Amino acid sequence: MPRLESTTRMQALMAEAFRECDAAAWDPGRRVAWCSSVGPVELLRALGFAIFFPENHAAMLGASRAATDLIPAASAEGYSPDVCSYMTSDIGAFRHGVTALSRVDPSITAVPRPDVLVYDTNQCRDVLDWFSFYGRQWGVPVIGVSAPRGVGEVTDDLVASVAAQIRGLVSPLESIAGRRLDAGRLREAVAVSRDTSILWRRVLSTGEARPSPLTFFDTCVHMGPAVVLRGDPRSAAYYEGLLAELEGRIARGEAAVVGERVRLYWEGMPIWGRLRDVSDLLARLGACVAGSTYCSSWVFDTLDPDAPFESMASAALELFITRTDAVKERILAAEARRYSVDGIVFHDAKTCPNNSNCRYGMPGRLAAGPGVPSVVVHSDLNDLRLHSDEGVRLALEGFVEQCTEASP
Amino acid sequence: MSGPFWCGIDVGSSYAKAVLADAEGGVAAEAVRRTGVAFEVVAAALRADLLAALPEAAGGIVRTVATGYGRDNVAFADGTVTELTCQAVAGWHLFRRAVTLIDVGGQDTKVIVLGPDGRRKSFQMNRRCASGTGAFLEEMAARLDTTPAGLEALAARGGEAVTLSSFCTVFAKSELLSLIRSGRAVEDIALGVYDAVVRRVVEMAPLQDEIVLTGGAARPGGVLVKRFEAVLGRPVLVPAEPQMTGALGAALVAMRGGEASQ
Repeated sequence: MPRLESTTRMQALMAEAFRECDAAAWDPGRRVAWCSSVGPVELLRALGFAIFFPENHAAMLGASRAATDLIPAASAEGYSPDVCSYMTSDIGAFRHGVTALSRVDPSITAVPRPDVLVYDTNQCRDVLDWFSFYGRQWGVPVIGVSAPRGVGEVTDDLVASVAAQIRGLVSPLESIAGRRLDAGRLREAVAVSRDTSILWRRVLSTGEARPSPLTFFDTCVHMGPAVVLRGDPRSAAYYEGLLAELEGRIARGEAAVVGERVRLYWEGMPIWGRLRDVSDLLARLGACVAGSTYCSSWVFDTLDPDAPFESMASAALELFITRTDAVKERILAAEARRYSVDGIVFHDAKTCPNNSNCRYGMPGRLAAGPGVPSVVVHSDLNDLRLHSDEGVRLALEGFVEQCTEASP
Repeated sequence: MSGPFWCGIDVGSSYAKAVLADAEGGVAAEAVRRTGVAFEVVAAALRADLLAALPEAAGGIVRTVATGYGRDNVAFADGTVTELTCQAVAGWHLFRRAVTLIDVGGQDTKVIVLGPDGRRKSFQMNRRCASGTGAFLEEMAARLDTTPAGLEALAARGGEAVTLSSFCTVFAKSELLSLIRSGRAVEDIALGVYDAVVRRVVEMAPLQDEIVLTGGAARPGGVLVKRFEAVLGRPVLVPAEPQMTGALGAALVAMRGGEASQ
């Protein structure tokens, strides 16, 4: 598969962000906040925190295939191997005294010590358990938003409730940051996040082209700035460049998967430790995973600088992962049409029930209703002990054959 | 018998199977061996077995397609296709109507739904666990100090099947120990082992249309078939040689000039 030229810039940008966060942790004049990936990032930016995203760190542990060796340390401490392997691999890394950041820059020897951990339970409860571990370790506050899950319609009442919780974070965060919240800076951070989101959505939408100029596996890598540098102008600048490269590919008819003959949609978490393998397998089969719910989770283009708290609340509530199955079903049917895919790959991630959306009959309903065929692969986001190379390969190859077979 | 012939090699997790198909899709020759640990060796041995059984096929094999876990290790194959496709192709070839295929394999079990046009509508495979597979039967046979054939012989004499409730093969073995300790007849325990396989398969997918059962354990008239019929409350179709359908499907894919899957 042809490599995106932007990858080098992205890697440099991510390394720069990690170095900055590391430097902030050593600077007595700076404050570090850990934040869940779809938490109230803009508020933290406006208050001048250096922000570290444990989920990003855990994904790096998974992608480097270190996670499986680290998880047992968390299990030994009482964290079940059945709970979020992002959390257990990250806690395991902490117990082993290692960090995935060292692979990016060997001068970084530890995760940046936080002054506060800020969560949002809109994805799962595990993030609170995860952050609470570090809160106890370092004796620092763990504060956040207890967002509702299973959201159907995003009502004004729900928005008001979550917005009030985000407002409630201001005072304690001001105390930790040692400064007052500047409304102008908050508006600016929200505006930058919105602009980044719009660009990221346009990047993802290039997958609608036939052939697609990018795959889900590309977006798993290139979403890094959308997560780690949300609210930072450098992320928007990066995505302008990436978008231009992708639009160039579309104009020239260049495919991410040479000879694209099957188009798929990925639902659920990536299998981080097998990202390359699964990508290569599907590419060999001529199958392009053109879109995903996962990478769309960092699209917050309804953010509104004039209503920062309410729009941050809306953005957190509108996420795919927080919604009811009925809403998810509608979204998936629409996404299948939008990306004109032959079928959906559901990843049933053993330790991530909250983002394994095939467990309540969704594949059957999508087949019976809008007629979208699918296959379920059983694996995990980080714990490769729960992964079968043969099983996943057989399911994916078999599904691609099913998508392409003619009547006998 | 003169050629041409098309060859299908199915290197499964427990047994490797081979079929030579003639121009009508009939089985001209077949062979079975334990898979063992050397996939390339067993595949070559199977080809030799076929040619020993049908010497006139030498030089007359148009194309070979490999399938099964060891499909990439068949050096002389012209292409590879998954066993999902091979089972579907063989199922349509043998029955020519909408059926639901259940293949109880050594390492995994597949439920494949064929539409009235012969195309696959969907498929399901067992989850990570061995329960509902041939491996489960092998493990339970070993726990009962017998062979898989011995397990079936015991089960055939069973009266009231015990209930093994565990998903986990290791837990199920613990259940066996409890049942032995409580004095349950080993024949009833053996029958319960087969019922456990059937229950795991039945929960994999809605079993619509007519059911076709394949795999090495699906001997026509055997215990597994009878227990499926008892649970489903209707007859189950079984090919004459249920262990060979993967290899037959591979041979038929070869006849179509089937593309390699990679």
